[in-house]
Parts: sequence; C-alpha cells; structure tokens
Amino acid sequence: MVKLFTCITLLLVAAPAQAMHISEGILPLPWAVAWYALALPFVALGIRRLNTLAKEDLSFKPLVGLLAAVVFIISCMPVPVPTAGTCSHPCGTGMAAILLGPYVSSLVAAVALLLQALFLSHGGISTWGANIFSMGVIGSLAGYFTFKGLRAMGVPLGLAAFFAGLQADWATYLATSVELASGIRGSEPFLLLLEKILLAFVPTQLPLGILEGAMTAGMVMLLYRKRPDILVKMRVITAGEVQGNG
Amino acid sequence: MARNAEKVHRDQRTGKIRKALSVLAFLPLVTFSLVSQTFCPSAFAADRWPGVDETVVEKFASERGREAHEPLINTDQGDLLLFVFLLAGTIGGFAAGYYWRMLLEGKNKVAESAKIKKL
Repeated sequence: MVKLFTCITLLLVAAPAQAMHISEGILPLPWAVAWYALALPFVALGIRRLNTLAKEDLSFKPLVGLLAAVVFIISCMPVPVPTAGTCSHPCGTGMAAILLGPYVSSLVAAVALLLQALFLSHGGISTWGANIFSMGVIGSLAGYFTFKGLRAMGVPLGLAAFFAGLQADWATYLATSVELASGIRGSEPFLLLLEKILLAFVPTQLPLGILEGAMTAGMVMLLYRKRPDILVKMRVITAGEVQGNG
Repeated sequence: MARNAEKVHRDQRTGKIRKALSVLAFLPLVTFSLVSQTFCPSAFAADRWPGVDETVVEKFASERGREAHEPLINTDQGDLLLFVFLLAGTIGGFAAGYYWRMLLEGKNKVAESAKIKKL
C-alpha cells in the first residue's frame, strides 16, 4: 500500500526538469577569479584533513565515499517544487559537514561540482570557484556551525541535524545571490539587486530547505542507529549518548 | 505460548498502524501536488518546471547583458543529457550502496573483534 502511494506521488511530481548552479560565463572574469581564490584554500584544507583522518582511521574511507556519492547525486537531482512551479536541488553539504567536518565537505562538494560542470552541463568551469564557495564552503560552514551550536545548547541530535541541513541550503542560496549580484550588477545598487535575487529564490528554496533539513536529519539518525561508533569517532556525538541509544 | 501469541498480535497491530500512518503522511503530499499543479501558472507554462538556473540566475544575468556560454563539454543535446544524468545517477547510486555496505560490514567486524577480545 505504502509502495503504491509512493509510486503515485512520484508520478504526480515527476516531470522533465533542470536545476541550478551558476552557469558557464555568467560571472565576469575578475569575479570568477576572486571566487576561485576564496574557495581553493578551503579545498586545500579539505585535502589535508582527509589525508590526516585517513591515516588515523581506515573506517573513515567508506564514510567519505558514501557522502561523496550522496552529495554528487543530490546536488544534481532536480526536485520539482509545486509551490513555485520550478525545480531546484538540495546541496547535501550540511549532512557532509556534520559527518566529515566543513573542510572535507568543501572538498567533496568541489569534486561533485567539477564532475557536474564537465559532464552534466550543470554549472561551469569558469564558475566552479563561485559554486564551490557557495555550496561547498558557505553551505558546509553554515551547516556545521548550526549543528555544533544547537548541540551545545542541548538540542536533540535529529533536530539539530534538521536545522543544520536547512541552514546549509538557505545559506548556499544566499551566497549564490551575493555572487550573482556582485558579478552582474553594473551600476545598479548592490543591495537592491541582492534583495531582488533573494526574493526570486524564496518560493523554490524555502520548501526545498525544509526537504534538505529532513534528509539531513534522516541520514544522521540512520547512522546513529546503524553505526553510532562512527559518529563518536567523528565527534558528532559522545560515547555516553551511544549508551543511551541502547 | 499465550504470551507469544499476544506479542505476535501486538506486532501485527503495530504494523497496521504504521502502514496507516505512512499512507496518511502521503495523502497531504498527493493533494498538495494535485492542487498546486492545477493552480500554479508556471507548472502549465510552455516550458514546464524550469530550473532556478533559468528562472533566476540566467534571467537576472541576461537582463544585465550577461548570457550563459556553452559548457566546455556540451552534453545538453537532445537525449544525450538524459543519458549522462541517468549514467551519473546509476554510478552514484552504486557507489553510495557499495560504501554503505562497507560501513555496515565494518560494524560486524567491530562486533566480532569485541567478541574475540571477550574470549
């Protein structure tokens, strides 16, 4: 019965669709270079952190592989948003930042974005730096600090993960709006254009952020049930919380 | 014996309640989809369900004289894009499944080594 309803729902919402990243050639060259310069140090930190963690613990490898695949899939998966009649995609960087840390999450996003730019006509090589900065860096940092802040305040794991996913998604589109407004504004006032772009994103990204929050909470809770020891190793939870899980 | 039968009965009842709740959770989504597809104008536009890259990013950019260029490797030609998206989804899905299995096998290894240590 549940399967039947799932099929019906998917048939109702499924349609040929496209998604988003800043496309090739949209940003002027100086801005494209500036976003590269801002994004690449985080990718370098991600490579360093990945090497350190891989040397410390071999079980880290499958977790990185899993999240790299998940970020790649969901960041090129166009989701139809009926309230707006448009499509966009979740980012997955909130989930990756909670489980791997913000630097490795930025690296994972960079690889996913490169593959999409090269083979899926999704994003672009000139705008790769800008897309890494918005989705990889800002998305990861927003998700990570939201999660850590909420956990420090004693918020339950699932709820903290939900808000981390939500913040990661919304922060990504805020950053995309800033990148776009600063790159294309010409003589137009920056804040006015930023406001227009943000408002245009709202009908699509508002519900999609909630979906991303739910996906993030689902993934974190699934790992909590199946492999709580990994969450302890990654300092997502404490050993005491695992005993509470039973 | 009676306890077991009672437990089985209770499990069956819980299963039925879970299924009913799952169906109830899907109903608002189905209704929402039907209603919004009927009343949402962009869902009936000539190019249905455009991405926000077109409706926001490229729209704002083109209004200010910045047009998107052709990608380095242009796969957006006919059904080629469908093919590469399907291929990417398949490879990504297999990779995710493979690593998920590795993670769960890791759990069994941890449990086994704990048993050995106890012995």
